[in-house]
Amino acid sequence: MLVNQFLMLGAILFCIGVYGVIARKNAVLVLMSIELILNSVNINLLAFSLRNGSTDGHTFALYIIAVAAAEVGVGLAMVLLMYRNRRSVGLDELSEMKG
Amino acid sequence: MLVQATETAETVLTSGWFLDHAYIIPLIPAVAFFLIIFFGKRMPMKGSEFGIASMVGALVFSGGAAYQWIQRVNGVSEEAFVEPVIKSWTWWQNGGFSFGIGQHIDGLSLTILVVVAFISTLVQIYSTEYLHGDRRYTHFFASLTLFSAGMLNMVVAENMIQLILGWEIMGLCSFMLIGHWWEDGANSRAALKAFFTTRTGDIGLLVGTSVLFFAANDWTQKNLGVSGFSIRGLSAWALSGTAGQAAITVGAVALFIACIGKSGQFPLHTWLPDAMAGPTPVSSLLHSSTMVVAGVFLVARVYPVFFEGMNILGTNVNFIVVIGGVTIVIAAALAFVQTDIKKVLAYSTVSQLGYMMMGLGAGAWLPAVFHIFTHAFFKACLFLAAGSISHSASHHSFDMKKDMGGLRKFMPITFTTWIISTLALCGVFPFSGFFSKDEIIDNVGYSGYSLFMVIGLVGAFLTAAYMTRATYLTFFGSPRGAAAGEHHDEGHGHDAHDSHDAHDAHGHDAHDAHDSHGHDDHASHGPRESGPLITIPLIILATLAIGSGLLNAVPFGENWENLKKWVEPRAEVVNVTGVKEPSGSHGESRFVLTAPSGVVAAEEGGHHKSDCGKKAPESGVCYAPQLNHAPFKWSKAALSLGIVFAGMIISWLLCVQLYTRKNKALVGLTQRNKVLGAGYAFLANKYYLDHLYEKVIVRSIAYPISRGAYWINQNVLDGIVNGAGIGSRKIAGWVYRNVDQRVVDGAVNGAGNAAQGAGGALQPVQSGKVNQYGALLFGAAAIGALVLVIINT
Repeated sequence: MLVNQFLMLGAILFCIGVYGVIARKNAVLVLMSIELILNSVNINLLAFSLRNGSTDGHTFALYIIAVAAAEVGVGLAMVLLMYRNRRSVGLDELSEMKG
Repeated sequence: MLVQATETAETVLTSGWFLDHAYIIPLIPAVAFFLIIFFGKRMPMKGSEFGIASMVGALVFSGGAAYQWIQRVNGVSEEAFVEPVIKSWTWWQNGGFSFGIGQHIDGLSLTILVVVAFISTLVQIYSTEYLHGDRRYTHFFASLTLFSAGMLNMVVAENMIQLILGWEIMGLCSFMLIGHWWEDGANSRAALKAFFTTRTGDIGLLVGTSVLFFAANDWTQKNLGVSGFSIRGLSAWALSGTAGQAAITVGAVALFIACIGKSGQFPLHTWLPDAMAGPTPVSSLLHSSTMVVAGVFLVARVYPVFFEGMNILGTNVNFIVVIGGVTIVIAAALAFVQTDIKKVLAYSTVSQLGYMMMGLGAGAWLPAVFHIFTHAFFKACLFLAAGSISHSASHHSFDMKKDMGGLRKFMPITFTTWIISTLALCGVFPFSGFFSKDEIIDNVGYSGYSLFMVIGLVGAFLTAAYMTRATYLTFFGSPRGAAAGEHHDEGHGHDAHDSHDAHDAHGHDAHDAHDSHGHDDHASHGPRESGPLITIPLIILATLAIGSGLLNAVPFGENWENLKKWVEPRAEVVNVTGVKEPSGSHGESRFVLTAPSGVVAAEEGGHHKSDCGKKAPESGVCYAPQLNHAPFKWSKAALSLGIVFAGMIISWLLCVQLYTRKNKALVGLTQRNKVLGAGYAFLANKYYLDHLYEKVIVRSIAYPISRGAYWINQNVLDGIVNGAGIGSRKIAGWVYRNVDQRVVDGAVNGAGNAAQGAGGALQPVQSGKVNQYGALLFGAAAIGALVLVIINT
């Protein structure tokens, strides 16, 4: 089994995710991009886990999925509050914290 | 132990528990002092029971020790040296010197111990009645007890430091007791005067002790293993022939100056008559056996130092004998112009102390010590009789001319005891004063001090005369003033006599106290005899005034010379071997006697005279110089008795003419005759010594000093203080400008500015754009990853 393909897939997903976080203005899309990044990491973990014949990577991947679910829950709640207050989920409008 | 040490030697000296533990004697009243202070007020007798009990205890211990000492002396031959019972513990150490405390018990200290304990006991019993209801009754007994403790400590002292301790305790307590009724300014002035005058002399004590210590310490450490403070060491050193004459003379003169102050010798006697401001029991105790005897005791204690330092018996005149002789005459003369009965007795005390000093100065050691012994009894009796008169007859006045007279009918016991003591004081045969005073005069003449023998006889004449005058004014003639039943306040409320002022407060004070318990009614029924607590001590003392002379009755032959046998240190060369260093803090210094050379000589030659004091011992040490003893002759006694009787008769006749018959030729003579008037004024002003001290010396010394001190205060001290203030203000300003403003504030401001600048520089980062934050985060992570990759490859 080639680990390379898995790693390549992970790298592509990571790059898409990073691009999404940096370039997208929609808060929901940013959250989704973060999920992509986390999943790319999961793929990496699973790939190395399979290669080493260990289950540690699987365990970590399960943890990350659980944490990602929680994170998405909190993130979506924030987005929901944002939408209620401003009728928009545009991140470029949230610049009150400018120093 | 001392006993064991001496048993190995040839002379076997007995000892006993009381002798070995004589150091307890001063501890008893010292403990009682604290009991009185802390618990006295709660006791049924207000603390006096502690005082009396402690004095009785001290008396029992002293008596036991004296008995055992007599046993000890009787166990050896007539001429053999009787070793004193010495114990020493280390009191404290400093800079290589250790200061001991302990006991030095010999015949001299036991004599004084017994006398002090005995008189103190009687005086305390007497005081319970005399000061009944006084507002500071408890404190009075506390001071009185501590006073006795001081004297007893001084007497048992093993070394000079312990002696100074007792000496100073007495000085302090005399101040408290003389100023007991301090509400009256005159009393507290008298107390201060007594304190300062004796302190003036005390400088000599410190100087003398130091000089002798540094001169003697090497010798005593080497030869006896004791310090240069030790009385035994000093005595042996003085007679060793190795002592430098200059050091020993300076030391002796300095010590004698202390004795002049304490024992009321000319010219520092002025405090003693003023000390009459205290309650009469205090006067009795101070002037009979304790305070004033301290100086005489010191001379007798380290007699070899004075013997060598003053060259006693070597010349016809020396410092001590001159001071003693002058004191006898000037004090006796002053007693004639006093109207206060206690002041007559005070000057009489000064005069008798002069006898003791003169005796010591002329080598009559034993007669002088004997005179301390007899004088204590009859003078205490006289003072207590004077107190009895003022307490019960003259309504707290001591003025013989105004408030007394004819009291012999009202106060038979007081009168009888007074007469007995007066006869003893005048030296009439067979009362005690005869034996001691006559022996002093006799021995002074025998040792070649003829001039001073004449002075002694003149003093005897004057003593007889002024005591007759005092007796006549007090007990004979017609009652006057308070004695005649006149009320005290009317009697002399307007009186401005200075001696009176001192006692007015006393009168009022005690009077007030009496009012509180309904005792005042005696003002209306005139004089009466005092109660038993007053008369019983008087009777006991009067008995001793007759009998105590028999202890050393030279006229009756050698068998009667008990005091000579028991008390006089034997001048014998003692070999010292096996000197042992006092070991540890509990070490008892011991010295072992081996075959004293004198014993053999005494057995062979009958009356052996050692050369102690005449030349240095070739081996061994001397502890006492060889002194002369005048053989008694009835012809000489008859001469002095004749002089005494002449003094009495002349004085009596003059008194009758002057005070009762009011003879025109005599009354007011001092006003009419200029020479006599000047003489009277000279005496009445006490030779202007008080003026000299207070107006001239104190003013010339104290006033410039105070002015100088004021100038220094204004110019130097204030300048320093102001300068310091200005200087510190300037320094503070400089610190404010430079340190505070520049350094501290600069650092604080700098930190703030730096933080502001850094914040401003980083401000653009905080754009508020989430995407940008994300980009930064990932950029940072990418850099971090790169670093990791670079490090790991």
